[in-house]
Amino acid sequence: MVQRTKDVEVLKEIARKVRIDLLNALHRAKSGHTGGSLSSVEILVTLYFSELRHDPKNPRWEDRDRFVLSKGHGVPALYSVLAHAGYFSRQELITLRKPGSRLQGHPEYDLDIGIEASTGSLGHGLSAANGMALAAKMDGKNIRVYALLSDGELQEGATWEAITTSYYRKLDNLCAIVDRNRFQNDGAMAEIKDIEPVPDKWRAFGWEAEVLDGHDIAGLISAFEKARQTKGKPFVIVANTTKGKGVSIFENKGHYHGVAPNDDEIKIALNELLKDEESGLRLEKLAGKELRLELDKLFGVSTI
Amino acid sequence: MSRSQISDFVVDEVTENAYIREAYGKTLVELGKEYPELVVLDADLTVSTKTNLFGKEFPRRFFTMGVSEQDMMATAAGFALAGKIPFASTFAVFATGRAWEHVRQSIAFPNLNVKIVATHAGVTVGEDGATHQALEDVALMRVLPNMTVIVPADAVETEKVIRTLVEHRGPAYVRLARAKFPTIFKKSYEFEIGKARVLREGNDVALFAVGIMVYEALEAAKILERDGISACVVNLSTIKPIDIETVVKWAGITGAVVTVEDHNIIGGLGGAVAEVLGEYCPTPMKRIGMRDRFGTSGDGLKLLEYFGLKAKNIVQAAHEILEFNSEKKSVVI
Repeated sequence: MVQRTKDVEVLKEIARKVRIDLLNALHRAKSGHTGGSLSSVEILVTLYFSELRHDPKNPRWEDRDRFVLSKGHGVPALYSVLAHAGYFSRQELITLRKPGSRLQGHPEYDLDIGIEASTGSLGHGLSAANGMALAAKMDGKNIRVYALLSDGELQEGATWEAITTSYYRKLDNLCAIVDRNRFQNDGAMAEIKDIEPVPDKWRAFGWEAEVLDGHDIAGLISAFEKARQTKGKPFVIVANTTKGKGVSIFENKGHYHGVAPNDDEIKIALNELLKDEESGLRLEKLAGKELRLELDKLFGVSTI
Repeated sequence: MSRSQISDFVVDEVTENAYIREAYGKTLVELGKEYPELVVLDADLTVSTKTNLFGKEFPRRFFTMGVSEQDMMATAAGFALAGKIPFASTFAVFATGRAWEHVRQSIAFPNLNVKIVATHAGVTVGEDGATHQALEDVALMRVLPNMTVIVPADAVETEKVIRTLVEHRGPAYVRLARAKFPTIFKKSYEFEIGKARVLREGNDVALFAVGIMVYEALEAAKILERDGISACVVNLSTIKPIDIETVVKWAGITGAVVTVEDHNIIGGLGGAVAEVLGEYCPTPMKRIGMRDRFGTSGDGLKLLEYFGLKAKNIVQAAHEILEFNSEKKSVVI
């Protein structure tokens, strides 16, 4: 079992390191979803370091809680969290999106690295989570199942089929989280196909809903607690987040939905996230091989 | 032709017609007793698919998903991820069409142990008409890596297929139909995934068939025999992985092939056999099946006649291809 904590300062520090590593991995991959990875960081860190009963050294433990990343495009954040939790080494993050890597562009079912379901196509994950929650109930097991959805995913009709199933089957061992960052691939959701009012829609479908700031770790901890106490119906946390959270140049910029940081952007991003003692050199003065060497150091690898 | 050339598995004379979907439902009930991890999901067609038989016996392991085929497939994936053996059923057109992308991403790609058993495939659906007659389901499932695709020929084979699949790890699609099928196999029939069954040996023309068309192919072989033509009949119930060895062997022996199916010839059995022969043993062939068109309302079995899917059509195709071969030979000479 992973040691869980409710210490917000400890979790905040993990979130900072998770951001650094996911951005470094995206920069190295030269492609991937920056905005929606950064918006999910506090949700994922709170889940993996405070809420879920799981064991990175025994990823096939039958009684573990399950997590399904229905918004599969946000997987750089999950890989970074899983590495920090001890499922695999941080060095492996450098293989993101490479042929043969376990860290594919969208998650592939692989219990060894803690990936519980293949996702990436929106509108699948909550159904899969329902199946897991139904199986746990059938077996009389005290397993909880969590699914993280994007808000854009609420435009998928199949998501609402699944939402109906969770309610009808009274899946109180299921907790959904909506990463409400208000952007989708083509831009601001309000300008494309708005889905408000989000919590009211879930409530109308029979769910218990809680709205909170998705970057407020203390709030997330207590919402997960509330979800566990709720009986007879499923629970959704509508987490209002900032797309690109944590890096000034990415925040609320629709452009970075599916774009990875380039050399200039990674320097700005890491200068904002790194503490002085973590980088011996001022990153903005570096370029080419020197920059690569410095970024390698952050991963503890050598690629030159 | 001596009787020894006809497989021991085939009945001497058809005396029974049976719903293969009922064989499915009854087999599920039997397996439910043996396999506590078996669960069944259905999308509001439980009486038609006969999963209701399982539901009556095992209500706690039976999940009515409502009219939500996509949700059903991904939920089945979730059950498989939790170690269960899910069977998901609905009409073939919805299982493979409506839910195709859920089957692709959530079942086939992660290679999950989900069995999709769909009924009401083909024109024998009858009066409900074209919207409900899946004629592309085999094509849609065949292109998915990891997916096994099986089309049983009668109720006996259906039972054997379902029994085999419960022990098989990985995704599979089974194509069943609405109409009663002639029971052509004895109880002793043995099914093996990926193994074609030669039901009748013959040297002049090879008839490769699936589903209800296996019966028509056997009937056609009898007619051809009277015409002095020795036809081989092969039940290719596992369309994927296809039995390349058997297909190539009998195409090589006869030099003339007819494929027979109640499905679009594009992407179906005809397509699958053409792919094998094109690569391993180019052989003149004719494809009996739906020629890139939709179905129509009408009596299910009479529609086989309407669309030219009867023994007489197979006989005609066999004659045509033999004629083609003889002309070709004379040209070469």
